Amino acid sequence: MSDSTLADRSASAQETPRRARVSHGTLEPSRGGAASSPDTPEGPISTANTAQGEPASTPVRRPGDRVFRGAAVGSGAFIVVLIAAIGLFLLLQAVPALRANQVGFLTSGVWNTTDPNGLQFGILYLLWVTVATSVLALALAMPVSLGIALFLTHYAPRRLARPFAYVVDLLAAVPSIIFGLWGIKVLGPTLVPVAEWLSRNLGFVPLFAPGNVSIGGAGNVFTAGVVLAVMILPVITAVSREVFERTPKEHIEGALALGATKWEMVRTTVIPFGKAGYVSASMLGLGRALGETVALYLILSGTNAAPKLSFFDGGATIASKIALGSGEFNNELTAGAYIAAGLVLFALTFAVNALARTIVAGRKGSA
Amino acid sequence: MTTATTDLHRPATGPAFQGIGAGRKIKNAVATTLVALAFLVAVVPLVWVLWSVVQKGLQPILSADWWTHSLYGLRPYDDRGGAYHAIYGTVVQALSTALLSVPVGVMVGVYLVEYGAGTRLARFTTFMVDILTGVPSIVSGLFVYALWISILGFGRSGFAVSLSLLLLMIPVVIRTTEEMLRIVPNELREASYALGVPKWKTIVKIVLPTAMSGIVTGVMLGLARVMGETAPALIVGAYASSINLNVFDGNQANLPLLMNDQFANPETAGFNRTWGAAMSLVLIIMLFNLLATVISRLSAIKK
Repeated sequence: MSDSTLADRSASAQETPRRARVSHGTLEPSRGGAASSPDTPEGPISTANTAQGEPASTPVRRPGDRVFRGAAVGSGAFIVVLIAAIGLFLLLQAVPALRANQVGFLTSGVWNTTDPNGLQFGILYLLWVTVATSVLALALAMPVSLGIALFLTHYAPRRLARPFAYVVDLLAAVPSIIFGLWGIKVLGPTLVPVAEWLSRNLGFVPLFAPGNVSIGGAGNVFTAGVVLAVMILPVITAVSREVFERTPKEHIEGALALGATKWEMVRTTVIPFGKAGYVSASMLGLGRALGETVALYLILSGTNAAPKLSFFDGGATIASKIALGSGEFNNELTAGAYIAAGLVLFALTFAVNALARTIVAGRKGSA
Repeated sequence: MTTATTDLHRPATGPAFQGIGAGRKIKNAVATTLVALAFLVAVVPLVWVLWSVVQKGLQPILSADWWTHSLYGLRPYDDRGGAYHAIYGTVVQALSTALLSVPVGVMVGVYLVEYGAGTRLARFTTFMVDILTGVPSIVSGLFVYALWISILGFGRSGFAVSLSLLLLMIPVVIRTTEEMLRIVPNELREASYALGVPKWKTIVKIVLPTAMSGIVTGVMLGLARVMGETAPALIVGAYASSINLNVFDGNQANLPLLMNDQFANPETAGFNRTWGAAMSLVLIIMLFNLLATVISRLSAIKK
């Protein structure tokens, strides 16, 4: 707490110019302390500015402190500026391309950027594939991660809970390109019979009707959704686990004392308490799924045909389209078209993440 | 009189603890099974992915050439050469990311814990760090492309890849630093202030060294994460089949780019190179994770 007195000293520093000069030059704490002693002989005995009741201690505002503080605050502000800069620079690069665009950016599905003078790009089809893969992934991952989070916090033996949690976290450590490779070369072919069965028996539902690529190739929304689900499992699990762990002991013990079975205890105490956290964890997972690039870039089979709003469509998501076009980044306008798509992705993930964080922050405040 | 004693022993009401009904028991058992199954569902893909990588990628990396040669001058079907150019690129790009991200990340952490606690800017910064955590890697690549390559006019290089990884790495460093600084006992700070040590010196000489091992662990884990990022490398980097020692200039390969390049190669050699690169990547990531664990075990904060 000596720090606050130092600050007090600095307040009166400006009033006694002589002492201030002394302390400004001192870096050593001990000397700073000596200079601040109220009874220093050379101190002015009666200055009009020195009020009687105030502590006459001298200010120590060391240059080192000022520089370090400035660096720390600057770094904090830098992060805020960085986010703004991402939005700004993407916008700057996207605007010329959007001006030159000959079709509606949000209403068209055509993507033809080979000729910079006749740019045609619209994200409609990309948006469908992005949303379909992400929502399918979320639908598959949500129940499973709820189970895992409950298992790790309330079911697994205490000693094994931590290693088990580590195993789930390992899933997050596997690079997405490896998931992509595995998805298209190993998992995809295994899923083909399942996909064919679904398409044969549930084909009357539009979602399971044949899409715009052949089911046998496995490069469709279905395979991509399953791989994405595996990739977002650890994200959803990690956050839900943290919230479930914070369930008040009193609630749990109360439920058990009233004769609840373990499941009834979980259903009546843990889940209501952690619901908001679980929802926001799922939204974080959704944000992750929307932005996932390379896995989908390897898995999805490319096609220019319009999607048939089926799980067996191919095509590209916004992110994987940008990755596919990385070879075309040779002139400002073409690059701008992809950057415009990236801007949409940035805005989308920003909104989803901000919403998720707000839910979790509100929960923390009330808990 | 015998009747009286038996009356005394008979409870006036039914037993307080009634057995659990069969329905509730079944529900409980079903829930327990489902929850345990959910965990197994997560383990299956992990084991499956790792098994696929080991099964297909172990053989290529066992040759000595893999670690000492690049693919320079080899045709797509030549089953020779190695990935040393890409391994070098991955490690060097990761290290330059670390060099750039650690000072910034640590300073933001220091600001959030030591200077800004409770202020509006600090709360806003925390929110922005959360947002930065969620920025898709492809967007960070596009940002570096827009600023570094398109506006400032630099070329594609390993360093540009490092810059885009920087955006993904900084929030990891900030989070770790923040967490570690928070568990540094306050007594240490107060003891230092009581000796008249200025605040900045207290932070540099007392607080940060105490938290150092935790921060290093976090940095290693973060590096392991960003090493496998491919999307930004596709946009701002460029694959080269030969070694390029200079991170600042010219095309420089890394393992994800090598995988991406060889994925399109239909020959057996391409298959081997792709999975060999995957295996090497997993090995390097495991090495970094292992180092992180060792560092945190060796020098944890003693309470």
